[in-house]
Amino acid sequence: MMTDFALPDLGEGLTEAELVHWMVAPGDTVTLNQVICEVETAKALVELPSPIAGTVGRLCVEEGDTVTVGTPIITFGAASVAEPVEAEPVEAPESDEGRSNVLVGYGPGEHDARSGRKRRSHSSRASTGSATVSAKPPVRRLAKDRGIDIASLVGTGPDGHVTRGDVVGAASTSSATVSSATVGADETRVPIAGVRKRTAEAMVRSAFTAPHVTEFVTVDVTATVELVAKLREHPSFAGVRVTPLLLVAKALLFGLARHPELGSKWDEAAQEIVTTRAVNLGIAVATPRGLMVPNVKDAASLSLARLAAELTGLADRAREGKTALAEFSGGTISITNIGGFGIDSGTPIINPGEAAILCVGAIRRQPWEYRDEIALRSVMTLSVSFDHRLVDGFEGSGFLRDIASVLRDPTELIALG
Amino acid sequence: MSITAPQRDLFEQVAIIDPESGELIDDEIYSPYLADIGDTDLREIYRDLVVVRRLDAEATALQRQGQLGLWAPLAGQEAAQIGSARGLRPSDFVFPSYREHGVAYVRGVDPAVVLRMWRGTTLAGWNPRDVNMMTPAIVIGPHMLFAVGYGMGILRDKTLNSAVDDIVIAYCGDGGTSQGDFSEALGFAASFRTPTVFFVQNNQYAISSPVGIQATVPIVQRAAGFGVHGIRVDGNDVLAVLAVTRHAAERARAGDGPTLIEAVTYRMGPHTTSDDPTRYRDAAELEFWRQRDPIDRLRLVLDRRGLADQEFLASVDETADRYAAEVREACIATPDPDPISLFDNVYATETALLAEERTDFADLHGLDLQGSGE
Repeated sequence: MMTDFALPDLGEGLTEAELVHWMVAPGDTVTLNQVICEVETAKALVELPSPIAGTVGRLCVEEGDTVTVGTPIITFGAASVAEPVEAEPVEAPESDEGRSNVLVGYGPGEHDARSGRKRRSHSSRASTGSATVSAKPPVRRLAKDRGIDIASLVGTGPDGHVTRGDVVGAASTSSATVSSATVGADETRVPIAGVRKRTAEAMVRSAFTAPHVTEFVTVDVTATVELVAKLREHPSFAGVRVTPLLLVAKALLFGLARHPELGSKWDEAAQEIVTTRAVNLGIAVATPRGLMVPNVKDAASLSLARLAAELTGLADRAREGKTALAEFSGGTISITNIGGFGIDSGTPIINPGEAAILCVGAIRRQPWEYRDEIALRSVMTLSVSFDHRLVDGFEGSGFLRDIASVLRDPTELIALG
Repeated sequence: MSITAPQRDLFEQVAIIDPESGELIDDEIYSPYLADIGDTDLREIYRDLVVVRRLDAEATALQRQGQLGLWAPLAGQEAAQIGSARGLRPSDFVFPSYREHGVAYVRGVDPAVVLRMWRGTTLAGWNPRDVNMMTPAIVIGPHMLFAVGYGMGILRDKTLNSAVDDIVIAYCGDGGTSQGDFSEALGFAASFRTPTVFFVQNNQYAISSPVGIQATVPIVQRAAGFGVHGIRVDGNDVLAVLAVTRHAAERARAGDGPTLIEAVTYRMGPHTTSDDPTRYRDAAELEFWRQRDPIDRLRLVLDRRGLADQEFLASVDETADRYAAEVREACIATPDPDPISLFDNVYATETALLAEERTDFADLHGLDLQGSGE
């Protein structure tokens, strides 16, 4: 006998979760409480234990899907133990559906209210306003559940109260249905959810809160490229990845020490500008799940070798989806490396809450003026976007110039550091 | 009779089990409270620790499977709970917070009954008088005042019958100590010298706030300001917790007033199943505390005394697994309450408004008014 397991409400009123990772496949034998998958809700990334001992039948959702509470996510074959489990999950979708109407009542409800007849009746009574309609809470609830705008009803109860009968009567004359997203031949529609949704929210918040200014500089980084090659041979860097990005990070920390405004925060609520001692250096990483910006804690206090190890670990964990959530919080400033995509430059959007972001372009061998002659040099374009509330052109330019001068000649790190 | 309140460095934690060797440290003040603990007791305490951890894991799994609405895991705090609960007499009274599943287990509450509130099928759970333990206090703090009031009641009883020497214990976490009720309770307890033990499980976090944010000094230091005796104990050392609880209870019975015990421990899991602790603490910290696991600590003692043979360990696992299976089965089989029973027991005598609401509710949902079996 097959039995379904429906996604439960994992956190007191959550309505959906993203299926991050399946740990079982159809045909697998599972034991009771064996972890079958990882899901991410708005509150937490959690592992779901199997409610049953048996065989996995079918996985009903794919990794990356956002699943509504109460939707079956997996089916199991014959259970060998824990028989009582069978009855319950089958019921779960039904009961959870009822509840999800309460939690996201405005979802389907609004579709209903806007459809056909009721929309017209609503506008014809717009001046009444729902605030002036009298009805008992259970009647309001009934109307809401059935997708009826209570302001559109004429109350037949005492003092014009809308009664339960009024709501039921209105509902029976309507055949409102919830319209689902259309899938046409020429377009596909994907719900906005998960990392995509959070990235979008963060970018909109940043772009429309912090007035961005972006500056560019193109610099001969041949000396940096040569230094990277030398460091790779050095025993202190055995086992870690040494890349130009490491020196860019070091140069940024150098520039930030001289221009701390670029690491400050705008506290709107307190009307204060906040500067913290530790520099938590964020690195934008493209992962299978989307863009992530984990940060290296107190990066300025680290030796170069330690910084290299931290950057390596950070990127590896992000790509494997194993970044601890604490690594995403408390960032001071970020780096985005689009050079890896073969791109020269861009105007990055600041990670929300930070003052600046450094964009690193590709290193290209190109003709460049060198000692009064044309030579083939390694050249890179850097750009920095900063929040003009916190940083003026004077500091922003100085910051970018310092980074460029270190990458042009890393001796500066020793001479001025 | 008066039990001397020993003066100790308040930063020091009372410990009995040597975490390296498993030898019992001879403590001048507290070791005598363990004089009656023999091999059988050590094994039974160990069994309790393992069983409550297993039950806790099962409850967490049940929540993830949609069988419980919420669960507050106790993992990591087994010794603090089992040790303190075993330091009480059956006639003593317990006011728990919401994580004291281990205490409830020792008091004899059926674990399946504990789950009912978390499943949302009952408003409370059990009759407190049956086990002399109140049902969980979800609101943080007020039950510490109740424990002082209960202690004042014991003192009244004592004026009628001098043989009365029960005590009352109230549990809270480090976060609970920030509530005004906590301070009021300590103040009243000191003034009236109530036989109250305040047992604070300092599990390092008030949900996501580290204890250092709320308490800039060790929590035990707060006791002195109220005139309450304070003891700080290694909360992952079950024998030390047992000893200090017995000591505090003995002082309370002797009329020497309240004691605040700060049991320093760690919540290995989330605050509740709705919480994601990786957002506010790192793996290294978790590992630090895993090295101080309360079950491993007692296991050292058993190993040293040759008490942890295969047969015994297998029987412990068998008990734990059997209880877990029973709890799972009972939890899933718990019937949903009749919705109309929501209106039961709101007032001793039903008001007109409540009656009207009950009728409306029944009407709306097409329920039988008699269904509640009032």
